[in-house]
Parts: sequence; C-alpha cells; structure tokens
Amino acid sequence: MNETGLSRFWADFAQNRVAVVALAVVALVMATALAAPLIAPQNPYDLATLQLSDARRPPGHVSALTGLHYWLGTDAQGRDLLSAILYGLRISVMIGAAAGAIAFALGATLGAFAAYVGGRTEALLMRVIDLQLSFPAILLALVLAAVLGQGKAQLVTALVTAQYAYFARTAHGAAKAERNKEYVEAALSTPLPAWRVVFRHILPNAMPPLIVVATVQIANAIALEATLSFLGLGLPVSEPSLGMLIANGFQYMLSGRYWISIYPGVALIVLIVAINIVGDQIRDQLNPRLQR
Amino acid sequence: MTELLRVARVDKTFAAPPRFGDGLLRLIGRAPRRAALRAVSDVSLDMTRGEALGLVGESGCGKSTLGRVIAGVHPQSAGRVLLDGAPVTDAAGMKTTTRVQMVFQDPFASLDPRMRVGDGLAEGPLAHGLTTRAGARDYVGAWLDAVNLPREAAGRYPHQFSGGQRQRIAIARALAMQPDLIVCDEPVASLDVSIQAQIINLFLDLRRRLGLTMIFISHDLSVVRHVCDRIAIMYLGRIVELGPGAEIFAQPRHPYTRALIDSAPRLALDDATAVFRPIEGELPSPLNPPSGCAFHQRCPRAQARCRGERPEMRTIEAGREVACHDPL
Repeated sequence: MNETGLSRFWADFAQNRVAVVALAVVALVMATALAAPLIAPQNPYDLATLQLSDARRPPGHVSALTGLHYWLGTDAQGRDLLSAILYGLRISVMIGAAAGAIAFALGATLGAFAAYVGGRTEALLMRVIDLQLSFPAILLALVLAAVLGQGKAQLVTALVTAQYAYFARTAHGAAKAERNKEYVEAALSTPLPAWRVVFRHILPNAMPPLIVVATVQIANAIALEATLSFLGLGLPVSEPSLGMLIANGFQYMLSGRYWISIYPGVALIVLIVAINIVGDQIRDQLNPRLQR
Repeated sequence: MTELLRVARVDKTFAAPPRFGDGLLRLIGRAPRRAALRAVSDVSLDMTRGEALGLVGESGCGKSTLGRVIAGVHPQSAGRVLLDGAPVTDAAGMKTTTRVQMVFQDPFASLDPRMRVGDGLAEGPLAHGLTTRAGARDYVGAWLDAVNLPREAAGRYPHQFSGGQRQRIAIARALAMQPDLIVCDEPVASLDVSIQAQIINLFLDLRRRLGLTMIFISHDLSVVRHVCDRIAIMYLGRIVELGPGAEIFAQPRHPYTRALIDSAPRLALDDATAVFRPIEGELPSPLNPPSGCAFHQRCPRAQARCRGERPEMRTIEAGREVACHDPL
C-alpha cells in the first residue's frame, strides 16, 4: 500500500469513532502489557514478594505489611490483581501475537502455494485443510496442548496448528483470484522464479482479506489461550495468564470474592472486543462492495 | 535475413477440468469422456529477424493462445516452438528463455498494482543479470526514455498513470529484458482511439530503432495493416491464410479473409451509402469443430468437398499460403 493509499485508509478509518476508540484501547492495552514490568506495583511471579496474609483482599485494600495499595484486590496467593492482570495480559498478548504471526506466515504461504501450483497438489492440500477446518479449533488446541505439555512454545505450537488453516483457506481463495490475472502471467513470461511470483506478486495482492483474518485470529488466539489456561492446559501455575487468573478465582465467585475472576475477565473481554471492532472496521473498508 | 522463430505443427489443447467423482466413475469403469478444447491446431510458421507478423482473427479463434504458446506462457501440447533453434520451454513446460517477451492487452491488469513502476521494470532484468542493484535506476531510466515516459515515473505506482502510459510501461518492461522477439497481444484494443495511434507510432518507432521482431495479435485489421509486414489469418485454431499484408489486403485468397475485410467497419466519409457485410453465422465451438473445412458452414463458396475434407495449407504463389480447396 502506498502513502496516499495509507493516508486515505486512515482518513476512512477515522470516520468511525468507535473503531478509533477501539484502536486506542488495543494500543493502550498492548503498551501497558509490554511495559508491565515497569509499571506494575508488584512482580506477581516473584513468590518472595507475595504476602500470604494479604490473600483474597478486596479491591482498595492497603497491605498492613508492605503498605502496598491493592487497587483491584488480591488473589488466593496474595498477588496484587492489577499486577497479575498486567503480567497476564503481557503473556496473552505475546502468545496471541506470536501464534497469529506464525499461523499467518505458515497458512498464507501454504494457501498461496496451493493456489499457484494448482492441480492435484492444490486439491490434496486444500482438502486436508478443509478436513482440519471441520474440527473446532478449541478441540484441536485442547488435544495438542494436552499432548505437548505445558510451556509457552508448546502453547504457541498448539495455537498455530489450530489456526493456520483459516489463513490457508483465506490466502488460497484470494491468491486463486490473483493467479489468473495478467500481471502474474506477465511475471511468468519474463520468466521469474515461482517463489518470487508467489511472494512478491501474488501474496502482496492477496493481503487485504488476510489482514482481516489476522486481526480476528489474533483475538481468537488470545481467547483460545485463555480457555486452555482456564482448563489448566496452558502455562505453568507460577506464571498465571489471564485464563488461569479467571480459573483461580472461579471457586471464590459464590463466596462474594468476585474480583479475582471478574477483573481479569473484564481485561480479556475489553481486549478481544476492541481487536474485533478494529478488525471489523478494516474488513468493511477493504470490502469494495461496502464502499460509499 | 536469418530465421529467428520456427513454429512447427503446434497444437494447444486445454483438458476439461476434472469434476468431483471422476475418480469414482473411472474406478467402476465408466470413465467420463469430456472433450478437450483444442485452441490451436497444427500451426506452423516461420519468422525472420526484424519482421513484424500480424495474427488476425475473430474472438476465440486461438490467436491469443498461439501468442502465449510462442511467448512460453503456456507450453504447447504438441509440436515445437524454436527460437534460434532452441526451444522456448523445457520438458516440464517451464519457460527457459528471456529472449521472447510479451505485452498484454489490458495495461490495467498486466502491471502489479502494488509494485512501484521502477521495481516492476527492474525485477526481471535483476533476476536475469541484465543489470545490477547499483545500476538498476539508470537501466530502468533508459527504458522509460525509450518509451517516452519521464524517469520520475519509476517512483510511482501503476494506478497513477493513464491507460496509454501504463501500456508504455508494459512495453518498457518487455523491452528491458532485451528480447529478440516480442509478442503483443491486442496491445491497443483496450485503449482510446486517440491513444491507440500514439502506441502504434511507438511500436513503429521502436521497431525502426531497435530492429525488433514482433508478433502483433489483433482483431483490428487496420491496426495490423499499419504495423505488420506479413499477416496470418486464423480461424478456429488454424491459420487459413498467410502472406504479405499489402497483398492480402489487395487480393485476399481465402473466403474468410475476404469476409473479414468486407465486414470491417471503416470511416467512409465520402461514401454515406457504404454498407458493411457482416460474416454470416458465428464462430463454431472449438469443443465441437465442424467436419472438413471449419469455415464451410459460413462460406459462400462452400462445396461438397469442403464438408468432408479439410484443406491443408499450400503455397499458391511466392510467399502466399492458403488453406482452401477453392481459393479466390
């Protein structure tokens, strides 16, 4: 996309106030998540700094031992929830973005390659991907997370496996449409090597729908990671992500200690909804039929 | 005059795409028989260096397919395409030479919309060592000069140009590969009439300056007449008449050529009563070609023999070939 295209794109985007606010929320959450070690009142992963006597304190409680102000209360281990949420968001965002990026690269390459070569290879690849799409992503991720075990790399692997097919499907459709255009024929008649035609010509032109899928899938990856963690299949207990924080607070919900589950849940929902609003706006703008 | 291109008995068929369940049907011994589309049938022609050949015919006659086969975009199904004695595509059907390049019909589709003009022009030459990263800017600039575009064009995107300018860019892209032969597939058909003349003049100018050998595909006889030395008339995948342009226009020998010339609308300012005679009927389907001479259903001179026996190309006078049992 060139400069004029990009500035026009932004001008159109700015027309939708909600989307702008959502984008600001996403940016803010990303920034605070990445800067968590700098701004969080406490390091929730350092067990030595946690006070068990401060466990399950309500929001606004001031620690008698350390004088720390627990704005959002504490969980069962005495973690400051605000700090835990910031650190949890950091993990969620990093895992979601990493899984999204890898699934994007893998799926887009596979889909565009299939569209480029055509014939049996294409049919075989796309049927495998269709088959995989017929299983719910959560089921696949669940099985893989259970088989691979805990850890960030394992979690990302499970998420990528569950999600690359969406990118492949989208990239295939878009690349198939580009494949038959004359500029691809022109590149082939030069001739240029196949990888160059795929990566320099077909994929850049197949990008708009992929960007839309990417925003939605990053939000999905974050939600999926939270779900896995909630079910205890995600990350180790010592480094709680948002899903695990929600799971940890779940048992106290009915005893009135709502904050342990609710606040991480709100953070998760705000992030995912904001990403989806931004994604919807981008989708509307890239859809030529919806253009005014 | 040395021979540059030899097209020998080239066929191009497109198989019908397999449909769901074909494999199953084959398994139970009821393999479906679907007609393959024979777009180009048994075409032979030679070109000498520096020559311009016009390829003329109605839509669907296979002229674009023949052009693409010669340019190596599609591999031929049978026969040989030799450029200076070397095949254009390898055994796997991949194009191996850069010496034949192509200019496409629609300059809005043939330039990658997301690539700057300069990058698009430098891409091929860089990939084939015709220029270096350091020299690319000057190299591209020189070819932009050659097609009368400002050098600043290199920094812009295709959508910032008009149709005529885009076609100049497409021509520069083909020329930048320093080809011996360029195949132009209806290069002016999608341009405004006023722009068409500019592009045609550019071709004439380039031909004179660079000694280009060109194949000029068109359905517009007046364009071909202006640019080409020799003309090949195609009908339903076959060449039916081949010869020097001036002679063919003065005295067509194939009834189809005659009909094409008569049906071409032209400006008849001095004759308000001029009537154009459209060709009767429509081009038959190449999926189900007629028996004998493919043109017999529409031919005013058709005889019993034309229905049963297909006429071969034969030389009827020096430099003129025609495929007709009863040439004009």
